Amino acid sequence: MDKSDYLDMYHQMVLIRRVEERAAELYQQGKIGGFLHLYIGQEAVSTGLISAREPQDRIITAYRDHGVAINAGIPAKEVIAELLGKATGMSKGKGGSMHMADVKKNYWGGHAIVGAHLPIAAGLALGDQYQGNDGVTICMFGDGATNIGYFHESLNLSKVWGLPVLWVCENNMYGMGTSVDRASAVIEIRQKAEGYKIPNERVNGMDVIEVRKVAEESLLYVRSGKGPYFLEVVTYRYRGHSMGDPERYRLKNEVEKWQEEDPIGIYRGFLLKQKIAKAVELDEVENMVKAEVQKAVEFAETSPEPEPEALFDDVYVE
Amino acid sequence: MSKITMREAISQALWEEMERDELVFLLGEEIGVWGGTYAVTKGFYDHFGERRVRDTPISESVIVGAAIGAALTGLRPVAELMTINFAFSAMDHIVNEAAKLRYMFGGQFKLAIVIRAPGGGGRQLAATHSQTPDAVFAHFPGLRVVAPGTPEDAKGMLKAAIRSDDPVLFIEHATLYQVRGEVPEADYTIPLDKAKIQRAGKDVTIVTYSKMLEISSKAADELSKEGIQAEIVDLRCLRPLDMEPVLQSFKKTNRAVIVEEGWRSYGVGSEVAARIYEDAFDYVDAPIKRVAQDEVPLPYNRTLEQIALPQVEDVIKAVKEVL
Repeated sequence: MDKSDYLDMYHQMVLIRRVEERAAELYQQGKIGGFLHLYIGQEAVSTGLISAREPQDRIITAYRDHGVAINAGIPAKEVIAELLGKATGMSKGKGGSMHMADVKKNYWGGHAIVGAHLPIAAGLALGDQYQGNDGVTICMFGDGATNIGYFHESLNLSKVWGLPVLWVCENNMYGMGTSVDRASAVIEIRQKAEGYKIPNERVNGMDVIEVRKVAEESLLYVRSGKGPYFLEVVTYRYRGHSMGDPERYRLKNEVEKWQEEDPIGIYRGFLLKQKIAKAVELDEVENMVKAEVQKAVEFAETSPEPEPEALFDDVYVE
Repeated sequence: MSKITMREAISQALWEEMERDELVFLLGEEIGVWGGTYAVTKGFYDHFGERRVRDTPISESVIVGAAIGAALTGLRPVAELMTINFAFSAMDHIVNEAAKLRYMFGGQFKLAIVIRAPGGGGRQLAATHSQTPDAVFAHFPGLRVVAPGTPEDAKGMLKAAIRSDDPVLFIEHATLYQVRGEVPEADYTIPLDKAKIQRAGKDVTIVTYSKMLEISSKAADELSKEGIQAEIVDLRCLRPLDMEPVLQSFKKTNRAVIVEEGWRSYGVGSEVAARIYEDAFDYVDAPIKRVAQDEVPLPYNRTLEQIALPQVEDVIKAVKEVL
């Protein structure tokens, strides 16, 4: 990694944070409908993970997907346009917050039925295996998804068929408002991969450098044809499960404690301490992001609504 | 033309499409080494190998889900569910994913996936293994749902389904596999959105499909002995539903009986009858009759099961009531 790679990761993390903060405002202004799940607090997970991928590696995730989209290289303006339901959005305004994809960037979407995208991820990996491609499918999901049958069917099949898939559980401690220990028989989620003989690792998801390093190693493992690998990335979301979450299930001081571990703060400290970048350079990145987000929101707000005729487009190909 | 069974017709369609297109592959329970629980894929594993004929664990969600994922990468998977009753275990992937992904992501990709599933009652398998839930699946926009009733249609429509870029639920009937019929020798396909007049008549229109085509045809034979000429429209496709031949026939006969194996409530007959009333009300000479399964979970006992399923006599009775 050279200096620009480090700065690029910093840029992505700050961009995600600011996009999500603006999204929350736009939601409160009534400009975003439906549900809105923010990635604030978890930025290091997908940034570390996706920055390690090769272009042929596919990404698929759950409904907390805006940050992942940005890491996959989708411009913030297209993410926000989708949040506003505009024709210029990633999914032409048909998917909204929970369903954004851009397959040209090998980003296979946000999926909103918990765990249902894991079987699809197995299929994406099967597609590459069948064709002899060397791509890896990176499948991200929350701790809550590991309690549904899809998870177990998919892990089992991936091992039986030796599929090139990297399973990544983002353990943010809560499936909606139910803490891991109240919902899962094992609180160390990686143990579930043991049952399927899938090699696995538990990683600190607040440290983007650690995530990046482990991601590189595990992608190498999967790409070498050894079959699936499983990462449990321990992280924390600072905001509610979605907007309008009363947060009765956790104490304020628990959130504050994790905020001291802020992934952006940790990474900034790392860059300064290692003398990779100067404070003024990082400040400049933050200013750039501010302008970028402002422009993205303007683009989205001035973008056209889908035409009424678009209602019937794309139900069928033929 | 050669006379072959429905099983052979389906098997030939799969075989020929796999020979034609390397992107086509099969996955499902017991389709490989075993040869298929209904022997449809007998010999496939030895010929095409385990890469293209993939035995899966008993995991319906991941069978359909992996087919979807593979289709996203450009492959053309044909997933087999051992019976349509097990489709409920994959319901989410059929109706929430296969039917919706293309639309929900703004048309970015195609989902060329076929899900084959045999269903139907009449084999004393009791309530969980005897269902005809076709209408349930036909409810969802984004899916194509077809259910052929003859070997010729089965072969041509399965080939069309495999070549289609849309997700297709291909419903077979477990008691039709031995039925024989004429099938063209040359390569052919049959559209996935066209109903067909299977028998010409002038007195009454019988609208039906799949196994009930056989029952309705026997009823029509009996009725003709009494001088009643029934016209039979085979829907073949439940979504999209092709009403043109139905309406044409109805405008001629002014009377209709709809025969389906599934339950009456919210069924195929309800839909077809509603559309006739909406689009041909001025031609109605008698209330439209529906012949369907009695509204009970199908029992094991043979006598009780046969009472619950639509029979030739039920169709004859309904026709006489509308005349």
